[in-house]
Amino acid sequence: MPGKIKGLKCRECGRAYPADPIHVCEMCFGPLEVDYNYEVIKQNFTKESVKNGPPSLWRFIDLLPVEGPATVGLNAGYTPLVHAKNLGAQLGLDELYIKNDTVNHPTLSFKDRVVAVALTRAREMGFETVACASTGNLANSVAAQAAQAGMRCFVFIPAGLEAGKVLGNLIYRPTVVEVEGNYDDVNRLCSEIAAKYHWGFVNVNIRPYYAEGSKSLAFETAEQLGWKAPDQVVIPIASGSLLTKIWKGLNELHQLGFIDPVKTKLHGAQAEGCSPVATAFKRGVDFFKPVKPNTIAKSLAIGNPADGYYAIRATNESGGSMDFVSDDEIIEGIKLLAQTEGIFAETAGGVTIGVLRKLVKNGLIKKGDVTVAYVTGNGLKTQEAVSEFVGQPFRILPKLQSFEEGVPHAN
Amino acid sequence: MPSLKYRLGFPEEQIPRPIVYEIGKEYPVVTNIRGANVTETTGWMNLELTGEIVDIERAVEGLKQKGVQVDPIELDVIDG
Repeated sequence: MPGKIKGLKCRECGRAYPADPIHVCEMCFGPLEVDYNYEVIKQNFTKESVKNGPPSLWRFIDLLPVEGPATVGLNAGYTPLVHAKNLGAQLGLDELYIKNDTVNHPTLSFKDRVVAVALTRAREMGFETVACASTGNLANSVAAQAAQAGMRCFVFIPAGLEAGKVLGNLIYRPTVVEVEGNYDDVNRLCSEIAAKYHWGFVNVNIRPYYAEGSKSLAFETAEQLGWKAPDQVVIPIASGSLLTKIWKGLNELHQLGFIDPVKTKLHGAQAEGCSPVATAFKRGVDFFKPVKPNTIAKSLAIGNPADGYYAIRATNESGGSMDFVSDDEIIEGIKLLAQTEGIFAETAGGVTIGVLRKLVKNGLIKKGDVTVAYVTGNGLKTQEAVSEFVGQPFRILPKLQSFEEGVPHAN
Repeated sequence: MPSLKYRLGFPEEQIPRPIVYEIGKEYPVVTNIRGANVTETTGWMNLELTGEIVDIERAVEGLKQKGVQVDPIELDVIDG
């Protein structure tokens, strides 16, 4: 009996490949994507099986690209879908929801999803060593989950990264390699290392599997809404993969009869200082010009995104839009979410909320639309971005009088 | 002999120029175009270069000097 994974398929020419650790079509050099046997999946995958599944992304294992059971990242995913009534009231939306991946396990970002899938797949492919190139969340997640899984781990970072970010990796004891050079140099070197060494490089040769983990955000959203796709979604864009896979995930659920035809409009969000995809979208073209990032939203600072073209295509298919916000608007977005919903997001969350505000203001999202904003990382990771904008505590002597005189509204 | 895959991006002013032909003449590398979309104003190309590593690296530098954007075929591998 055939398995649920047919193999890999080129996203450009459609050529089929076995489900190996490969990522580029040998014919046209297009990117490869996992191709599923939906007829096989249909036999076991039901709303009941999901309901009885574990409280993690693995409740959707039938639509994730692993052949055996989950072995890594067993607690990743299944994060809260918060009905954001306070923020909604401020913006004029009745049905606003925050998909809150600031509390993802184990490293507080949506990367825990993709890494759980990547490392489970890497392990079943026989890799003992995993690697990634990252400046932040991805490195944290690979290092943490590799530590838990007992896998050897290499993390490549550009030299000169902030001390806090380096420490966030070193604590898990991977081999952290600082590469002297700019982002382009790190990119080129990692591509060459991935080609030469038999490692599971999560964002290179494991990428077709790794990227599929993002679909779990779509699956969980639909389930948490009572098996319904949202009317509108706002998604931050870095590589473009997250947006593309949320679209794929929703459409898979429809294909399998879980939800009605998908009418969701996708809205992509970027920071003004790194907005190659949103800029191309606004110009009405499907190719983008690479940029040198200059924004506080470091987790979205990918100047030449691998899935940018596909993100534009998916957004067009959905009838959605793309926009970008300034660094000031990002900070405002972070503060607004924290002060209305008690959710402290990293800078990418500020981008999402900032663009959400613009979409409402521009009339693209209406009062009654079921709207989901994806908040993908925890603000504790990027405190430096807001530290100057949150005020200071009131300093008093340890005396009641000092408290009553020195703190407004104490009486 | 090693082969490396690259994604090339052409700025508008370089579109009419036979750059791949020039690179093949100037450096001892075999150029093999595997996918491309070139219009009057912009263009990309998936190109394989085969040769000694040192010659491939020199050819890549040569492409950059001619104003071409040269990236690994995966584009940005480094992630946030």
